[in-house]
Amino acid sequence: MTNHPVNGGESSPPIAIELQGISKRFGNVRANQDIDLVVQRGTIHGIVGENGAGKSTLMSILYGFYQADSGAILIDGVPTKIYSSHDAIDAGIGMVHQHFMLVETFSVLENVILGAEQGALLKAGISNARQTLQHLADEYQLSVPLDQPTGQLPVGQQQRTEILKALYRNAEILILDEPTGVLTPQEADQLFRVLRTLREKGVTVILITHKLREIMDVTDNVSVLRLGTMVSTQRTADTSMEQLAELMVGRKLESQTFAKADPVDATIGLEAHNVSLHGSKGLTELDNINLQVRHGEIVGVAGVAGNGQSALLEVLSGIVTPTAGHLVINGRTVSASEPMDPAQMREAGLHHVPEDRLRLGLIKSFTAAESALLGYHTREKFNWRVLLKLNLIRETCKRLMQAFDVRPQDPALKSASFSGGNQQKLILARELDKAPSVLLVGQPTRGVDIGAIELIHDKLIEMRDNGCAVLLVSVELDEIMALSDRIVVMFGGRIVGEVNGANANKTELGLMMANAMDDVA
Amino acid sequence: MDWLNDEVLRTILATLDATLRVSTPLILCAMAGLFSERSGVIDIGLEGKMLAAAFAAGSLAALTGSAWLALLAAIGVGVAMALVHAFACVTHRGNQVVSGLAINVLASGLTVVLGIAWFRQGGQTPSLPSEARFMPLQLPLADTLASVPVLGPLYRDVISGHNLLVYIALTIVPLTWWIVYRTRFGLRLRAVGENPLAVDTAGISVARLRYSAVLICGALCGVAGCYLAIAQNAAFVREMTAGQGYIALAAMIFGKWRPLPAMIACLMFGFLDAVAIRLQGIELPVIGEVPVQLIQALPYILTVVLLAGFIGRAVAPKAIGVPFSKER
Repeated sequence: MTNHPVNGGESSPPIAIELQGISKRFGNVRANQDIDLVVQRGTIHGIVGENGAGKSTLMSILYGFYQADSGAILIDGVPTKIYSSHDAIDAGIGMVHQHFMLVETFSVLENVILGAEQGALLKAGISNARQTLQHLADEYQLSVPLDQPTGQLPVGQQQRTEILKALYRNAEILILDEPTGVLTPQEADQLFRVLRTLREKGVTVILITHKLREIMDVTDNVSVLRLGTMVSTQRTADTSMEQLAELMVGRKLESQTFAKADPVDATIGLEAHNVSLHGSKGLTELDNINLQVRHGEIVGVAGVAGNGQSALLEVLSGIVTPTAGHLVINGRTVSASEPMDPAQMREAGLHHVPEDRLRLGLIKSFTAAESALLGYHTREKFNWRVLLKLNLIRETCKRLMQAFDVRPQDPALKSASFSGGNQQKLILARELDKAPSVLLVGQPTRGVDIGAIELIHDKLIEMRDNGCAVLLVSVELDEIMALSDRIVVMFGGRIVGEVNGANANKTELGLMMANAMDDVA
Repeated sequence: MDWLNDEVLRTILATLDATLRVSTPLILCAMAGLFSERSGVIDIGLEGKMLAAAFAAGSLAALTGSAWLALLAAIGVGVAMALVHAFACVTHRGNQVVSGLAINVLASGLTVVLGIAWFRQGGQTPSLPSEARFMPLQLPLADTLASVPVLGPLYRDVISGHNLLVYIALTIVPLTWWIVYRTRFGLRLRAVGENPLAVDTAGISVARLRYSAVLICGALCGVAGCYLAIAQNAAFVREMTAGQGYIALAAMIFGKWRPLPAMIACLMFGFLDAVAIRLQGIELPVIGEVPVQLIQALPYILTVVLLAGFIGRAVAPKAIGVPFSKER
């Protein structure tokens, strides 16, 4: 039943895209191997797979970023060569990229007409486009302020701009790559409404995601990629989240549920009192934050990306000194007049797993052993004043790799050569190994595959049970809800709500994340 | 009192007149740099391209006696140097500063070597007769209108009486503005300097856009070089650009990569230069005689002071200096 063909039978609708035997390799990595895919016209087709399963490569081939080493692409039954995005657009394919392809200083209108200007002078094209977009916006309920610079728009509207770009170019096939990663649940619902409208009007939608719930909610058919091969294509109605997850990972997954802790009497590990941070441009990045994390609990910080979570982590970890208010870390006070840098923070027992692992967590050109040492190179254990104890450092790294299942287990390999999940495990290993009493964790599973997510979650719970005070910042609401004993929600640099982890509900959190509680209540 | 007013007026007019003459190569170069940098390619090679073009113009004018052929040659050399820059930076994704630096060093050395080899005048090209140069043009009605108070002399002494290239430079500015903000090419140019991936996914070739921008830059540098050698002066002199390419680059950055403010910055530098020339040897009240060196250093001191932040933060095109690569 897993390989049930979708294109069989006379009653089935016409085929929009057919891929035949697509293969693509980068060096030794076989990103796509002999992939067949049939997408019916006027359907929403989901493509799921872990990071590195080859989803993005496949879509990049379809959109002309790469050329396949072998295989054929048929659009509406016609064999089509796609050498560039230009060819893809001509073939009626539009793509909404995970990282938006917008010129932030341009207005929505300018972004839409870029590359489809209708003539060497802009004037006529712009007024034509305005009418067309007005029309499209009405038809698909995609209203966006046309004359505002896109950089100033909320992400949801930036995404609509991307969809409008594709529709303006008469796209009949729309590919969306991880479209909900930056959206609130409500914005995501809106997006899905738009996608359903598109389907009604005959547009074919390909939805790439790793969120199985979305697949179940919105798609008609779903294909699963694993390690570069297509392992299954079937009707969404015929499958289940559990089955898809198993197909993605290639083994059975135990569903993770964790008991909640409620250590009311435990001592406080980390405390923030009226903490504010004013940025260099006069922007208020943090506004009067009050927060407590007790030993033996996980406090989750939920919120849409860009609402002050990064600033919060930077202030709490000592990277940035707050402009007002103070912190108390294991009884020690930190404020603008008595600042502490990250090294002193670590001495005080506060360790930090940063959200941007490539920028703050490790150095790409360092070996794994060196990256596993970062921040602790001055410890007496690891050096004789001037020279490093290289053997010990290598042994330590090896031990960490074993404990956290970092693969490949080679301390001499460059940090950049590890997959995102393994890099993350290495950083986590480095910090957790020092038995912190307060732990800050930012986006621990961003770009990390399911297998690694399990391990990371287990380790965080283990830390909590050992009495560590954990502050978890994540944009993945499911993760926050699964792990946190208490949840606070950030919006616009403020904490706008707090709920108990045991009885948190997604709708309520989503409304808080959009700061729309008052509108509804 | 009448005599004093007349003298003061004449001094002011003469200074403004000189301002325009001195600013012309700056304006041309600044517009050149604007095209390149708006496309995301840093160009510190304005200086070298201008120098090589000046040498080409001086040589060809000396050999053929035709100012127009000299202009063509200068543009050709400017474009050829730009092609080298584009090849290094766009095709091979090299470091744009290093490539620009190489062009400057190349031009500085090559012009002297070729100059000595061809003309044997210590790196200088032969002095040109006026037929082989762009000579001042008298605009119509200049003398007739001279009797109109203020505007008449302003028109006759400042606006009129420049050579063709000065007027070309002044038209290039609104033309640049129009191209950048009102045409399809301009839209794509601005986009490719901000987010080349967006341009690529819109189905437009990033490389072709950047090549066009860099070549336009080379052509404009060519005109600037030609002006130096055969319009403002009557021969190519070694190192005659004397840092004006860098000043133009600074002016363009003060102008925040926008044509009109960049032109105003160029005029300001030109004005300081003109004042410096005029102040030499003149006793000022209170201060006494101003040392020539100080005055000549003034534009450069101002550059440093202004760059240090008096003009407000200049936000560069976001993708500037970053070679475009499709690999992700």
